[in-house]
Amino acid sequence: MSRPTRRQILHGSAAALAGAALAAPVAFADTAAARPADGHGQAAGDGPSGGHEMPEPFDEMYEGRHIEGWPADEEGAQNGGHNSSGSHAGRHAGLAGPHDGMDFVVRIDNDDLHVMRNADGTWISLVNHYETFTTPRALARAAVRELQGADLVPVVTG
Amino acid sequence: MAVRKNQANLTATEKRNFVDAVLELKRSGRYDEFISTHNAFIIGDSDDGERTGHRSPSFLPWHRRFLLQFEQALQSITPSVMLPYWDWTADRTPRSSLWADDFLGGDGRSGDGRVTSGPFAFGSGKWPMNIRVDGRTFLRRSLGTGVRELPTRAEVDRVLAMSVYDAAPWNSSSDGFRNNVEGWRGPNLHNRVHVWVGGQMTTGASPNDPVFWLHHCFIDKLWADWQGMHPKSGYLPTGDTPDVVDLHDTMKPWNDVTPADMLDHTKFYTYA
Repeated sequence: MSRPTRRQILHGSAAALAGAALAAPVAFADTAAARPADGHGQAAGDGPSGGHEMPEPFDEMYEGRHIEGWPADEEGAQNGGHNSSGSHAGRHAGLAGPHDGMDFVVRIDNDDLHVMRNADGTWISLVNHYETFTTPRALARAAVRELQGADLVPVVTG
Repeated sequence: MAVRKNQANLTATEKRNFVDAVLELKRSGRYDEFISTHNAFIIGDSDDGERTGHRSPSFLPWHRRFLLQFEQALQSITPSVMLPYWDWTADRTPRSSLWADDFLGGDGRSGDGRVTSGPFAFGSGKWPMNIRVDGRTFLRRSLGTGVRELPTRAEVDRVLAMSVYDAAPWNSSSDGFRNNVEGWRGPNLHNRVHVWVGGQMTTGASPNDPVFWLHHCFIDKLWADWQGMHPKSGYLPTGDTPDVVDLHDTMKPWNDVTPADMLDHTKFYTYA
């Protein structure tokens, strides 16, 4: 195993411990099974659809916190590419990179917030994991309210 | 036979033994391993990828096995301890004895949500948040603010009446009993209770709050109740389903137990 970077340690060391139990997360791809969102907390009805629109990037101050988000496939363009190389190495080492398995990157004061898209197009985050939001921006704002000023910390999963 | 009781019916001694065993698991470090495992699956389980602990048919057998493992850990401290369940359709206010200082402690205080009473309060020094998603090191709750009402008995009964266990695409968009219990669809049972409690219970590290176990014990009982009502309805799917745990597939992280092994809870315990 190659020596992990600090970033991998911050975001991936725990995943390495859990790695025996967990497959590497698979990057989200729009599928025919994906369906449009129809509002907060409700699954959409069955039926074919062409998948979801990827939400627009955002960057704003909300209740004193800097929240930003962008589609994960723009990671390299917006972030100098250092993360994508890190996560690639991470996969080789059995580590999960910070954004592996995420289709949208969300940060609060430059710390990563793990987010996930549901099949109906709604979103959840690690901070609000049992409640769905129609957009990553709404999810980021909800996380800010939940955090009450606290900083996010690297995720520990194993 | 070991009996899992409604938390409302526990004796003072049973509550004390449960709390003491939980605190001992915390002190020894074993408790936090359960939090880490849960958080790992929460992050790894996805609707269009591999999914085992959540948003999938194995949500119920996975948590049944997870609870059994935790219960066995408690019993390694005090052999008589059983997991109690919280029937949140009946004990649905912050004034329930569940939240008294001799059991799980109370609501969080206004301002920062910190739980300040009971055995899991930060001030006790016995309940640090080691596995967490943010910098706060104290147990938090905000009962009834994320969502006002807990599910009602009528809503539970509506879900129990669903005769099909689960359905394609076997994720958070599925019809059927499992997804309606989990709460991604329908009246929202399991998910809503996490939101109602607030604090760490809304996060991927939700087992930081000991009420996690009592909540999931009731979800597990609802599965048993559903089986009793629909004896001809089995676990689905039964084979060859990508990314999904079929009836006879082994489940991570144990890799030696299948949903089929978990169907009959009476091999392990009964519900009172």
